[in-house]
Amino acid sequence: MSSAAGFIFSNIHDGNIAELTKLRTIASVPFGCRYRFIDFALSNMVNSDIYNVNVITQHNYHSLMDHIGSGKDWDLARRSGGVKILPPNITAYAGSSGHMGYASRLEALKSTYYSLSRVSEDYIILSDCDVICNIDLNDILKYHISKDADMTFAVKKMEMTRETARNNTIYYSDADGRITDVLAYPQNFEGEADICLNIIVAKTGYLQQAVLDAIAHNYTSLNRDIIAKNFSHDNFRVYRYDGIFGVISSLADYFEMSMKLISSPEVRDQLFNVRNRPVYTKVRNSVPTYYAANSKVNDSLIADGCDIHGTVENSILFRGVKVGKGAVVKNSILMQDTIVGSNASLNCVISDKNTVIRDGRVLSGAEEAPYYIVKGKMI
Amino acid sequence: MYKKQKCVAMLLAGGQGSRLYALTEKTAKPAVPFGGKYRIIDFPLSNCINSQIYTVGVLTQYQPLVLNEYIGNGQPWDLDKMQSGVMVLPPYQAKEGADWYKGTANAIYQNLNFINRYDPDNVLILSGDHIYKMDYAKMIDAHEKNGADCTIAVLEVTLEEASRFGIMNTDENLKIIEFEEKPAHPKSTKASMGIYVFKRDVLEKYLVEDENDPDSVNDFGKNIIPKMLADGCTMYAYPFEGYWKDVGTIASLWEANMDLLGENPNFRIKDASWRIFSRNQPLPPHFIAASSQISNSLITEGCVIEGTVENSILFAGVKVEQGAVIRDSVIMSDVTVSKGAVVQYSIIDSDCKIGAGAIVGRSKDECDEVTVVGAGNTIAPGEDVRGGSMLSAK
Repeated sequence: MSSAAGFIFSNIHDGNIAELTKLRTIASVPFGCRYRFIDFALSNMVNSDIYNVNVITQHNYHSLMDHIGSGKDWDLARRSGGVKILPPNITAYAGSSGHMGYASRLEALKSTYYSLSRVSEDYIILSDCDVICNIDLNDILKYHISKDADMTFAVKKMEMTRETARNNTIYYSDADGRITDVLAYPQNFEGEADICLNIIVAKTGYLQQAVLDAIAHNYTSLNRDIIAKNFSHDNFRVYRYDGIFGVISSLADYFEMSMKLISSPEVRDQLFNVRNRPVYTKVRNSVPTYYAANSKVNDSLIADGCDIHGTVENSILFRGVKVGKGAVVKNSILMQDTIVGSNASLNCVISDKNTVIRDGRVLSGAEEAPYYIVKGKMI
Repeated sequence: MYKKQKCVAMLLAGGQGSRLYALTEKTAKPAVPFGGKYRIIDFPLSNCINSQIYTVGVLTQYQPLVLNEYIGNGQPWDLDKMQSGVMVLPPYQAKEGADWYKGTANAIYQNLNFINRYDPDNVLILSGDHIYKMDYAKMIDAHEKNGADCTIAVLEVTLEEASRFGIMNTDENLKIIEFEEKPAHPKSTKASMGIYVFKRDVLEKYLVEDENDPDSVNDFGKNIIPKMLADGCTMYAYPFEGYWKDVGTIASLWEANMDLLGENPNFRIKDASWRIFSRNQPLPPHFIAASSQISNSLITEGCVIEGTVENSILFAGVKVEQGAVIRDSVIMSDVTVSKGAVVQYSIIDSDCKIGAGAIVGRSKDECDEVTVVGAGNTIAPGEDVRGGSMLSAK
C-alpha cells in the first residue's frame, strides 16, 4: 500500500555516545552482535514496503558507506528508488551559525532540500538511528492517513526522571491524539509522558513547504520552530507505539540495552523474531562459530565466525571474536574481530572493532561506567 | 556479442544422489546442506570465483526447485554479472525433439551453444558432490603449459581405495598413458576427482562424435576419456593436494561434517585466503542460555541453545531445549529438539521436531550406522528412533 519515501538521519545525536562515534556515525554504531543501529531503521522501512530511502550524512560516514554498500543486503539496490546516501550538500541554506554542518533534523532537511523536493511519494517517513525497535511503519502511516494529519509522531508513554527527560522530547496531546504542546529536552520534567521515538510521518507537500519556510525564516528546530508554532492550526498527531524499543543516549544506555538482549527473551523476540519483519544487515559470510571442547558459555548472544576456547558469561560477541584458552569474559560487549588472549579476564568491558587484549590482562569496568577500548587498540 | 572468457565452467548438478536417500528425496544432491551454513554446491561455486572463473553453467535435472532458488542470480558468489555469471541450464525441448540429460557428456553436448557464446579457450567440467578448496586457475595454467587437450585432476589415494575410483596411470611427467575405471588390481593410486579441463574445440569434437555413437552411454569417465586416450590425445593428470571428500553417501556426508570440528580440523573452512560463500538468511545471533553445555561444536545464527551439544554441527535456527542432548550429530535448519530428547550419531534434516524425551539414534559404539531423519518429520514425545533408521522426508 505504501506510497512513502524514507529519510534517515545518520548523524543526529552523535555526541551522545562520543566514544563509539569518534570514528563513525551514530547510524553505524555496531549493536547486537551483527548489526549496526541503522539496520533497524532500514529494515523497518523495507519491511513496510518503503524502497525509496535517503540517508542524510554529515561527517564520519566512511563506515556507514562501507556498511550500506549498494544497499543490496536490504533489497535496496534498485533501478528506481533504493538507498541513496546524501552527503553534506554545503549550500547557502545549510548551517545556521556560520559553521558548515547542521545540528538538527530541520537543518539536515534544509541542506538536502533538493532531494526532498524531488520526492514523488505522497508521504515521507523520517527516522533517527539511535532508537532501536522493530516497528510496522504501515501502521503509523495508516493512522496518519486516517487522521488526515500533517505530521504524526511515534511516541511511547514512559515514566521519566529529570535525568532521562533531559535527553528526550515530550509531546502533550488531547484525547483524540492531537498534539497540544511539545517540550524539547526539558530540564525540569518528572513523571509520565509521551516521549518521541524520533520516527515521524509527514505529508510530503506539508514537509516540503515547512522546510522551504524554514529556509526563508532561518528556522533551525523542527520542534521549536514548526511544531510549537503551529500546533493550534496544523494537524499534528501522536501515534502510540507499545512495543519494545531502546533509546541510546549514552554509553551506559548502550551497555544496558545490549544486556537486555541477553536478559530479556521478550526484547530479543520483539526485535529479532517478528514474523515477516527480519532485521537485515551487511552479509559478511562468516563461518559458523566454533565452541572448543573446554569452552564454557552461558547467557550470551554470539555471532558467527567466533572461536571460543575460554569462558564467556552474560556477554555479546560480534563476528569473528576469538576468546583464548583460560580467558574469562563476563558482562562484556566485544565487537568484530576482538581477540582476547589466553587467561585474560574481562568484566564490563566494551571493546571496539579489531582490539587485542593480550594474554593474562585483567580489565574491568562497572555497569554504569563500562570500560571502553577504542578501535584497533592493543592492550 | 558476448565477452570472450578464457574458461567457462560447467557444473554437473543434475544427479539424484540416490545414496543419500532421505536427504535427496526432494532436493538435488548439490543442494544438500553442509557444514552449518552451506550447501554442497557452495564449494565448487566459491572455488570458481576464487579462481577468477566468472562464467559458470549449472546443469540441473533432478528435483531442481531448491537448487534453482538457491543459486538465484548468483549474487552470493558475485556471479551476478552483466555478460556472464552463473546460469542454470535445465534440459530443454528443441526442434528435433526433447531429451533429458542422458549422461554427463550429453548434458554438456546439449549446452555447447551456451559454451560457444563466450568463445572460451578451455572448458572446466565440475561436479556438485565434493567438498574441497581448489584453485582451478593453477590447474588451467598447467593444462596450457603442457599443451594438453585434456587435463584431469587426480588425488593420491591408498591402494585399497583405488579400486573404487577411476585410476590414471601416468608417465613420470604426469602424462596419462592409461585409464582404468574401478580396477580390481590398480597399477597406480592417482584417482580421478571428476574435474576436467578440456580445450574447447577438442571437447566439442568428441562430444559430437560421442552423440553420434549409438553404443555410447554419453559419460565422460566411460566414453569420452577412454576414446580420447585411444585416439592419442595429449592428456595430463593434475595432482591435487589437500582435503577432498566425495559426500555421496550418508557415512561420508557425516564424516565430512565432522572433519570441520576440532582445534585443528581436517578441513579448515575458516580461511581468509579462500572464502566459501553461501546464501545468507537474515537471522539474529545465536543465544546460549545458562543451562547449556557446548563442546567441540559449530553453531550458527538463529539458534537457541539451552541443552547440551557435543561434537555436533547445528544449522541456522535450531532450538535445543533444556535437558536435551545432541551428540555426534548434524542438525539442519529450523529443527527443534525438545526437552530431554537425546539425539546421537544422526543427521536430522531441516524443519523436524523432535518431541520431549524422544530418543533418536544410538551412540557410535552401540550402532555403527548413522540415523537419518528426513526433512519435516515430527518425532512424537518419548518415541524411540532406533540406531541406523532412515525416515523419509515428509
